[in-house]
Amino acid sequence: MLALLVLLPLLAFVAILAGAPARKAALAAGVANLVLGLWAATCWENDRLWSMSLPVLEKPALHLAFAFTDGMSVIMVLLSVIVTLAALLSGKAPEGRETLYYGSSLLISAGAIGAFAATDLFFFYAFHELALIPTFLMIGILGRGDRKEAAWKITIYLGFGSIILLAGLVWLANLAGTFDIPTMVRAAQEGSLAIDPAAQKGIAALLIVGFGVLVSLFPFHSWAAPAYASAPAPTAMLHAGVLKKFGLYGLLRIAIPLVPEGMNAWLVPLLVLLVGNILWVGLVTINQKRLDLMLGNSSVMHMGYIFLAIAALAAAKANGQVNDLAQPAAVLLMFAHGISIAMLFGLADRIERNTGTLELSDLGGLAKSAPGMAFLFGMVGMASIGLPGLANFAGEVMVFLSAFRNYDPAAGLGPVQIACILAIWGVVISAVYMLRAYRKIFQGPTVRATETAADLTFADRIPVLLLAVALLAVGLYPNLLLSLLK
Amino acid sequence: MPAYYLEALTVFLGLVLLMVEAFGPRDSKKLVGFTAAAGLAFIFILSFFAYGPEAADPGDKWDSYALWNFYAFDSLARFYKGFALVCTILVVLMSLDYRSILSRFTDDQESENGTGEYFALPVFACVGMMWMASAKDLAGAFVALELVTITFYILVAYLRRNVGSLEAGVKYLILGALSTGFLVYGIAWIYGATGTMNLEEIGRSLALVTFEGHIGTNLVLPATEGLADSVVVSLNTASPTPLLFGIALVLIALGFKIGAVPMQAWIPDVYQGAPTPTTAFLSVGSKAAGFILLIRFLDPLLQPGSPVAAQVTLMLAIMAGATLLFGNLAAIGQSNFKRLLAYSSIAHAGFLILALAAWKPASESDLGSAQSVSFYLATYLLMTLASFFILAQVRIQDGSEEINAFNGLGKRNPTLAIGMTLIMAALAGVPLTAGFVGKAFVFMLAVDAGLWWGVALAAIGAAAGFYYYFKIIRAIWWEAPADGAKPLVLPQITRTCVVAMTVATLVLGVWPQPILWLLN
Repeated sequence: MLALLVLLPLLAFVAILAGAPARKAALAAGVANLVLGLWAATCWENDRLWSMSLPVLEKPALHLAFAFTDGMSVIMVLLSVIVTLAALLSGKAPEGRETLYYGSSLLISAGAIGAFAATDLFFFYAFHELALIPTFLMIGILGRGDRKEAAWKITIYLGFGSIILLAGLVWLANLAGTFDIPTMVRAAQEGSLAIDPAAQKGIAALLIVGFGVLVSLFPFHSWAAPAYASAPAPTAMLHAGVLKKFGLYGLLRIAIPLVPEGMNAWLVPLLVLLVGNILWVGLVTINQKRLDLMLGNSSVMHMGYIFLAIAALAAAKANGQVNDLAQPAAVLLMFAHGISIAMLFGLADRIERNTGTLELSDLGGLAKSAPGMAFLFGMVGMASIGLPGLANFAGEVMVFLSAFRNYDPAAGLGPVQIACILAIWGVVISAVYMLRAYRKIFQGPTVRATETAADLTFADRIPVLLLAVALLAVGLYPNLLLSLLK
Repeated sequence: MPAYYLEALTVFLGLVLLMVEAFGPRDSKKLVGFTAAAGLAFIFILSFFAYGPEAADPGDKWDSYALWNFYAFDSLARFYKGFALVCTILVVLMSLDYRSILSRFTDDQESENGTGEYFALPVFACVGMMWMASAKDLAGAFVALELVTITFYILVAYLRRNVGSLEAGVKYLILGALSTGFLVYGIAWIYGATGTMNLEEIGRSLALVTFEGHIGTNLVLPATEGLADSVVVSLNTASPTPLLFGIALVLIALGFKIGAVPMQAWIPDVYQGAPTPTTAFLSVGSKAAGFILLIRFLDPLLQPGSPVAAQVTLMLAIMAGATLLFGNLAAIGQSNFKRLLAYSSIAHAGFLILALAAWKPASESDLGSAQSVSFYLATYLLMTLASFFILAQVRIQDGSEEINAFNGLGKRNPTLAIGMTLIMAALAGVPLTAGFVGKAFVFMLAVDAGLWWGVALAAIGAAAGFYYYFKIIRAIWWEAPADGAKPLVLPQITRTCVVAMTVATLVLGVWPQPILWLLN
């Protein structure tokens, strides 16, 4: 069944190429996948139903294998299907480019789901790349503004990042002697896979940089904001919301269990970089004059929190301590951030379509002509700042708590705790730019662009509400997701 | 059917083609081309039913022919014979759609008179490649290799009214002659050092020798399964230097065939000047034949316990590193697509040599270097020939081979644009395409052998490849078509071949096993 989740978007893509009506085919696949995803969340532990393995190569043994390894894959798949449907619903293809527009979105979705569901290192990596190519194409062909520049930048950055990552993964697979991730993890836990410290350090460095480029870890982040600002709405939603989480997922799934000491060896540099994400990029975000660039930078900034949880987990693991908060915190925040950033990009696209601009100085008073939009934007803006009751709050609080999980007052503040104290300032920074953007767009006197702007139509609201419901549900009752992680 | 019938049949086919050319229609050479393709396809099918001496019936005489001292027939030989045949078939098909250019630059612009040999010559080159696949003896290998090279002298300079083609022909001739000199000289040194030209015997004597004796030691090679009688070879066991010198010369000469540093300089100019089907044949068929010969040559030298293994590995590693760097970095700045493919072919040779430098025999759980290289070459055939098929049509319809001739292809022919995107992605080594699997095999071998510098250079190469192949994708999708550009329509043969190769590239990217079945 899990293979079906990957296959449906691909089939819809083929159908579109063969001439089926693009939007209908894409939506059909999106809805079917959402249903399948929700069903999976209720019974994912049923291995017979949700796993499959197809040998594709005899030696070295390689399987096209999908399974829910643990609750984390379920949550990531769930995030993918929700954001995919929202992206497909909210996008409006330019005249004559429907095939490309919906086809690419479907490919991105299939790639992301495939990467989160694959249990084989080879296909884990491969499916992510499958999703990258259409991303590049969409930005290059249908992007706005300086699309060629932005698309070329993301192509080169992520291409290089992927190759660094590949080197790390090949090294790891060579030492492990298998491509099967669960087998590797089991071997590492049982101690039969003992990677010596030098190799651990090397692999961890490759993985941190490789995954880090994909997740826009400071200072490899400069591709992100221009790419998201230029990308068509569904691409920005899918990449920022879903695909970017692949790097974090990879660190949690592969780096932490297999090379914990290597990760710990790089703890301080990693902490410095993630604080760079939160504070440096945060300040850059405050300075943005356009809503899309601001959102792009803010999505880079929020990655820092998730890295913080990963760092806390690495530190605990290497020191033989237990940190049962860090992983749930990271996963929860990945989900919350994915939903909220997708919603923000979706709404930003509406604002641009209805007012014709995203320059903050050209907007104002939009709440009068478009109250529905104002309410929803306000809600997701609050979520992104971390207001209690919405999913991001639960995630961020858990991240901060996890950083202090093994805090020993007698020993003083460790590097993780210091980074956490600095990171908390990020909440203030988020509040500054998000509230300022809200004020500039929705409050104050109306200006020419916003005077006659239309509000969200019923059709526009469906995707936004879909995301809003997910944000609220998880925010009010985080156990919806956390119970999957037990 | 004894395996050598395949070569005999192919030679016969070549002669038949010359007859068809002489007595067939004067103004259209379609018939020659189709006869060639059909004949080769028939031989390709027969190749699955060919067998070596071990499968001979007791009453047969042919299994004791002395031929088998020169001619091996194992799974690798069968694979590379099939490879040569498939490659030649595709090149002939490509030439069929390239006839308009051929006749424009030969004697009579209006008719195809005088272009018929262009379909017969590849068949003769194919025989040479098939023989190289079976080479077991340096003398036999040399003859086969020369058959290929001499045929190519003609094929490269075939457009005799085109200065570029003639220039390419002269360059290829001079450097080809030079490399032949290296090869013969190297073989002579190896013979002097080991007393034999038979690769199997070289391997067996290297397993016994310790390089502490005298010049001119007689070594008795005990009788083994393949060879009934024991053999006495006269060795120079005083020092390995003469042998290594010979090996180095042969490696350089083979470097000419496969396009490796230090014999890579001819590639861009010759590729650019030669007629496109010839370029495709050079870059795939000739390269693959060079690699099978290299594999056969290295097998005895790198066997476990060989006293020269460390030095040979070092030579290969240096060649691989230099080739990777040169090919990939020089490709970055190219604006001509054919030249880009030329540098890319050097770059791929670098990956392949790296796999050989990380020499590993096949084992129960892993692929050996030979299989990995063969797999890589099979995927390389699909991707490269498909690009040349498309390039040939762009040349015919737009009159240009520059990258900017691809501008706006996404608008001019969206289906072709998707195919071309997939092929470029495969060449760059994007996962879920066959190109990635091949590169992954190479990386795994290099990591396994601990060739860290090689891995680093290969990673740089792959990253650079990502850059320059995506330049094409950028031109296809992001740039606007030139003013007045017409839709690019592929003729039937080209379209069928391109679709088939693109689909195969994707299928093998997810399910690589079929190629490996062919190798067993």
